[in-house]
Amino acid sequence: MSALVQTYTVDASDFSGAGEASGNVKKTLKTLGFAPDVIRRVSIAMYEAEINMVIHANGGTITVTISPEEICAVFDDVGPGIPDVDQAMQEGWSTATEEVRGLGFGAGMGLPNIKKYADVLDIKTTVGVGTTLTLKFFTR
Amino acid sequence: MSKFTHSVKLDKDKCCGCTTCVKRCPTEAIRVRGGKAIIISERCIDCGECIRVCPHHAKKAVVDSLDIIHKYEYTIALPAPSFYAQFSGLRDRNVLLTALKKIGFDEVFEVSAGAEAVSRATMMDLNYERVELPVISCACPAVVRIIRTRFPSLLPHLLQYRTPMDVSARWAKKIAMEKTGLPKEKIGCIFISPCPAKSTSTKMPLGEYESYVDGVVSMSELYPVLQPKLKDITDPEFLAFSSATGVSWAKSGGEALASQALCNLAADGIENVISVLEALEDDRIHQAQFIELNGCIGGCVGGALTVENTYIAKSRLVHIMNTITPTRKLEGTPDDEIMKEDFPITYEPYMLLDSDMGRAMEKLARIEEQVKRLSGKDCGACGAPTCRALAEDIINGYGKEEQCVFLLREKLEKLLEEKEEQNKEEGKESEGKGTEG
Repeated sequence: MSALVQTYTVDASDFSGAGEASGNVKKTLKTLGFAPDVIRRVSIAMYEAEINMVIHANGGTITVTISPEEICAVFDDVGPGIPDVDQAMQEGWSTATEEVRGLGFGAGMGLPNIKKYADVLDIKTTVGVGTTLTLKFFTR
Repeated sequence: MSKFTHSVKLDKDKCCGCTTCVKRCPTEAIRVRGGKAIIISERCIDCGECIRVCPHHAKKAVVDSLDIIHKYEYTIALPAPSFYAQFSGLRDRNVLLTALKKIGFDEVFEVSAGAEAVSRATMMDLNYERVELPVISCACPAVVRIIRTRFPSLLPHLLQYRTPMDVSARWAKKIAMEKTGLPKEKIGCIFISPCPAKSTSTKMPLGEYESYVDGVVSMSELYPVLQPKLKDITDPEFLAFSSATGVSWAKSGGEALASQALCNLAADGIENVISVLEALEDDRIHQAQFIELNGCIGGCVGGALTVENTYIAKSRLVHIMNTITPTRKLEGTPDDEIMKEDFPITYEPYMLLDSDMGRAMEKLARIEEQVKRLSGKDCGACGAPTCRALAEDIINGYGKEEQCVFLLREKLEKLLEEKEEQNKEEGKESEGKGTEG
C-alpha cells in the first residue's frame, strides 16, 4: 500500500487561518482509523509547528506523508532561519514580538512541545535562507 | 430494530428538498435524496439544529404526548430548569409546579435538584484532584455524542456522573418507591424537555444500561396546556426545593460557575463547541479546570423545543435565580448508584472510511481525486452539504457524479454542441444533394 501525500500552503498574512493545515490532517487521520493517542500527538506537534511558521517564518509549505506505520510532516520555509537551535529548544525561550505575545502565542513552548510529542524531530536551518523541520510519528 | 434511535423525524409532505437543513447540520448528517431530506443515522447527534432552521417546519421532534401519564399508576414530572424561564410573569416556581400536579402528575421533582447534586460532586472532585483536568461536562447529550465520535482522546476528561435528568429520575423514583410501596415499573418519570437530544438519551442511554426516564414531553407541547392554568393557582403547594445553583444550569455558564473551578470555560452553540474541542485536543487550553459545553446557543434555554426567545428566557432565569427561596427540604442525598455512570463512554468511530486502514487510505485517495472533478462551489444543489461530502458519497456508493449541476451543465453543453455540429453537417449534405439534382 503506497503512502498518502498531502501538501498545504501556510499563509502568514492571516493569523486567524493558522492551524488549518494541522486541523485538516487531524480530520484525515480520524477518518483513516489511527489510534487516538497518535492523532493527539500529531495534532499538538503539527499545530505548534504551523504556528511557528506563521509567527517566525512568514509562512511556507507543509508536506504530510501518511502510511499505516508512520506519519511524517515536513515544514519548509524561506524565513530568517534559527541562529541557535539549542537555545530555541529551551522551554520559555522565544523571539516572538509583543504583538504576537498579545495574541497568546510566543510562550517559548513551541519547539520543546514538538520535541515532546514527535518521535523524531530534525531541524535543518540556515540563517537568512530558511528552515526545514521534519517530524515523524511512529504508530506502533 | 436499527442500532440508532433518533428523536428527529421528517414530515415528508412539508419537506420541499430545499437543503437549508443539509447546509446547517453540524455533522453533515443530512442529504436530499429523491427530493426529500434524509438523515444518515450514525452521524446524527440529535442536536435539533435542523428542527430550528427548517423554514417549512418539516422537521419534527419525536417525543411522547402528555397521554403517557395514563400508562403509570404514579407519575412524576421532571421539569428541566429551562422550563421556568418559558413563562412570563412567573413570580414563584411553586405556581408552575403546582399546575403540573393539577394536570395529572402525582409528584414533581425539579431536575435542578439533580443538577445541584452533580455540581456538588464535581466541586468535591476538583477539590480533591480526583479527576483528569480539565473536566468536561457531560450534561449535553449532543456534545457527548460529538466527543464520542470525533474526539476520542478527550473521553477520559468527561465527567463520569449521570446527567441531571438521569440523576433526578433515579432519585425521584427511589423516593417514590419508598413512599408509595409501588414497584419501579408502575412509577413513571416524565421529563419535560427543552431539546430532542435528551429525549434520544432516554432511549439510547449514554454511560448507563437503562434510563430511569420513562417518557419525554416537550416544553412546546406543555406550554399551551399550562399557561392558561397559572392565573388560577392562588395558593400554590410548596414543591420547589432546589437552590439557584441548580436552576442556573439552564443557561450557558451556570454549570461552569457552580463547579467552583478556579478557572472555567463555557461555550455554547455546536460550532463553537466543536472549535473548543479542537483546541482542547491540540492542547491549546491550559488554565481552565472545568469546561462546560452546550450544543444550543445560550444553553438549554436555547433548546429547539422551547417556546421563548433564548435571551428573554435567560433574563427571566436570572430573575428567578435572584429571588429564589427554597421551600421544601429533601431527606438525604443521592448515593453513588444514583449519581455515578454505570460505565465510561467509549469511542464510536463512525467517521471511519473503512475498518481496514489500507482500504480507508485507498478510499481517501479516490475521494480526493473525485473532489477535484467537482465544481468546488459547495452549492448544495446535489443534496450534499459540500463538494467533498458528495465526493465521499460517490466513493461510498451513495451518490453519482451527475448529481453535480455544474458537471451536468457541462455535459449538456457538450451534447448540444455535438448536436449542432451534426445538424450543420446534415445541412451541408442535403444542400449538396440539392444541387446535384
